[in-house]
Amino acid sequence: MTVDAHAHEEHPTSTGLDSRKVAMWAFLGSETMFFGSLILVMLINKHNTLGVMLGHGDHTFEAGQGMLDLVLTSFTTFVLLTSSLAMVLSLAAFRNRSLNWGRFWLMVVVAFGAIFLGGQVYEFTAFVREGLTPSTNLFAASFYMLVGFHGAHVAIGILWLLAVVYYSYRGRYQSADTWGVEMVGLYWHFVDLVWVAIFTLIYLI
Amino acid sequence: MATTTVSVRPNTYAGTAWSWITTVDHKRIAVLYFVTSLAFFALGGVEALLIRLQLSRPELDLVHPDRFAELFTMHGTTMVFLALMPLSAAFFNLLVPLMIGARDVAFPRLNALSYWVYLFGGIFLNISFIAGGAPAMGWFGYAPLTATEFADTHAVDFWAFGLQILGVSSILASINFIVTIINMRAPGMTFNRMPMFVWMTLITGFLIIFAFPVITIGLVLLLFDRYLGTSFFLYQGGGDPILWQHLFWVFGHPEVYILILPAMGIVSDVLPTFSRKPLFGYAVVAYSGAAIALVGFGVWTHHMFTVGLGPVADTAFAISTMAVAVPTGVKIFNWIATLWGGSISLRTPMLFAIGFIAMFILGGLTGVSLGSPPVDTQVQDTYYVVAHLHYVLFGGTIFGLFAGIYFWFPKMTGRMLNEGWGKVHFWLMMIGFNLAFGPQHQLGIDGMPRRIHTYGADMGWDVWNLMSTVGAWTIGLSMLIFAINAVRSMRTGRDAGPDPWDGGTLEWSMSSPPPVYNFAEVPVVDDRYPVWKEKHGGGHTGAVVTEPPAADTAHDDDEPHIHMPNPSYWPILVAAGMVLAACGLIFHQVFLLVGALIFGISLIGWLEEPPG
Repeated sequence: MTVDAHAHEEHPTSTGLDSRKVAMWAFLGSETMFFGSLILVMLINKHNTLGVMLGHGDHTFEAGQGMLDLVLTSFTTFVLLTSSLAMVLSLAAFRNRSLNWGRFWLMVVVAFGAIFLGGQVYEFTAFVREGLTPSTNLFAASFYMLVGFHGAHVAIGILWLLAVVYYSYRGRYQSADTWGVEMVGLYWHFVDLVWVAIFTLIYLI
Repeated sequence: MATTTVSVRPNTYAGTAWSWITTVDHKRIAVLYFVTSLAFFALGGVEALLIRLQLSRPELDLVHPDRFAELFTMHGTTMVFLALMPLSAAFFNLLVPLMIGARDVAFPRLNALSYWVYLFGGIFLNISFIAGGAPAMGWFGYAPLTATEFADTHAVDFWAFGLQILGVSSILASINFIVTIINMRAPGMTFNRMPMFVWMTLITGFLIIFAFPVITIGLVLLLFDRYLGTSFFLYQGGGDPILWQHLFWVFGHPEVYILILPAMGIVSDVLPTFSRKPLFGYAVVAYSGAAIALVGFGVWTHHMFTVGLGPVADTAFAISTMAVAVPTGVKIFNWIATLWGGSISLRTPMLFAIGFIAMFILGGLTGVSLGSPPVDTQVQDTYYVVAHLHYVLFGGTIFGLFAGIYFWFPKMTGRMLNEGWGKVHFWLMMIGFNLAFGPQHQLGIDGMPRRIHTYGADMGWDVWNLMSTVGAWTIGLSMLIFAINAVRSMRTGRDAGPDPWDGGTLEWSMSSPPPVYNFAEVPVVDDRYPVWKEKHGGGHTGAVVTEPPAADTAHDDDEPHIHMPNPSYWPILVAAGMVLAACGLIFHQVFLLVGALIFGISLIGWLEEPPG
């Protein structure tokens, strides 16, 4: 059934690109505005003159950023960025028809993504234990919002990767049509890229 | 395995209710969009009539002030998100595949999902009326009116979740149409041969996918403020109410182009048909649409001139705002040049299209005046603004959409709308519209604020208000005439045949309504008006179906025609799960659990279902 259905999808398109890939690019374009808005809100809150006048603003960010565990997050950042390499290797393996290697690298991506998320969960719970909840101040609100939304994207990515592994056992991606791996790859690289911006803006400066 | 011939009137819409629930056919989804959006249009219209009734005389108390605020907010919200945008989406669904020579959209099930999410989201938003009160803070939900402190019922939550849900629908639909237009064009249908409506759909799609994420973030922050005690928009916690205005208008201004561009596309296809000549300056019209969209992202603070952002910001945004008038003016000149020297026939669609041009020019002119900060400071938040926005969104969008309804109703249903009643509708609407909104310019200059429940008899506003109310009810009457005309014509209207207007674009090459598969043979296009070329230009272009469809050899079931996507009930279930989950965040957590469960299971079901 599945194979049949896929064969059916392979109509030639006007641009020669797979429609699902064009849709993915459109979706990621939309996501740039999503994360762009979140990042801007964070930056605006950081330099909010009204907040500074009222005794909020800048100093809550300084205090909050002082609480961040830079060593731990640098490590999980390294792990997350490395996972993109595994993603590339997985797609290459599927394209070479080495299904087992493809699945292996997908599971590496899953594991690395899980390590990253684990670090985030640890960070969040540590903050809450120290009394920093979203309602504490503007820094906490911006931090949980931005990092949390990114984390949700990573979590969805992990579920998606697992679904791709599952479907690879159900007979998909065995022909030249490796679209499923490619799609999750595009998404995963995008989420990684966004993290580079978030890490720089929240943790480093 | 036999072949079928193209019948004169295919049973495109035949079938049970179940077949409508599970449909993935773009033409049926278009019908669903038309019916639903026109129903919400009627609802928003009734809200407007009640508003006008309350304002007809000074110091009336027909509507309680709280209800009045609700009506005002819900009229705006309903018209923008539940009536005009989906009505445009109805046209996207009906026309885009037909115009570009495709058999359906790129993702038929996703298309069905967009519709069901819209329907449930619209119902969800309106449940607020019976569940403790509708939103009453204005359609733009300014902070801190949305703060728990000032809005302690769930009205704001209904509004915020409702808009999120509708945003999902719009983004999914836009991705679908962008991909369809980029990737599903028939051979020879280059970008520079696409009908102008398709161009405007493409541009609108990009506007939606880039504008809606911004309001999504704004609403998420708002919901965090309300549910988790953050202070993004509350100055007590260091937040900034102005931040909401920025987020809202970064979305809100592109939104008005989202509302107007499809109507401009419709008009650009109606005018050539009834002028018997091609659109003047085709490429310029297309690119000026793109320019409007692009500049439209850089003008948002002209909604905030009185906030006090400073002379530099005000000047910059005044300049960018007035710059929008350039591509808009270019379009208007091109439409007029299309009419120039044409052999014009004033059928109903043409009347509405010309009405669009005239009314939109008036709205555009008041728009330019509002783009000047000193003028805006004088009339900010008065009826002058109400008049302006209705001249562009009613005089523009609604006239344009009605031009489209009269033009393509025959294509969709196979029957003509009654021409005589159509003209009565047009003239009543034209007179009523100008009577309703013309005097509001004067009221605004006189200082009558928006959103007030009533006014004193000594203000000198009573005559203008009475005129406005009479005008509004005249519009209501014209809509009633349209509704009766539509219902009657659907049953007893004159048979339309495939090409009642002597149209030039691909949708006129097939039967009315189009067969399920649209094109028996995928057309080859070599002209901007392939059907005109076929009929009048001599020589076979391959645009018009002449042969029975080739059978799909891979499927030998009883229905031996072209393979079309199978119906699916997963889209409606996914949508139901999504909206139930939103209910859970307002009423009881049980809904959240059940909704999430339905959503998850249906999503898996969707993935497991072969897309063929």
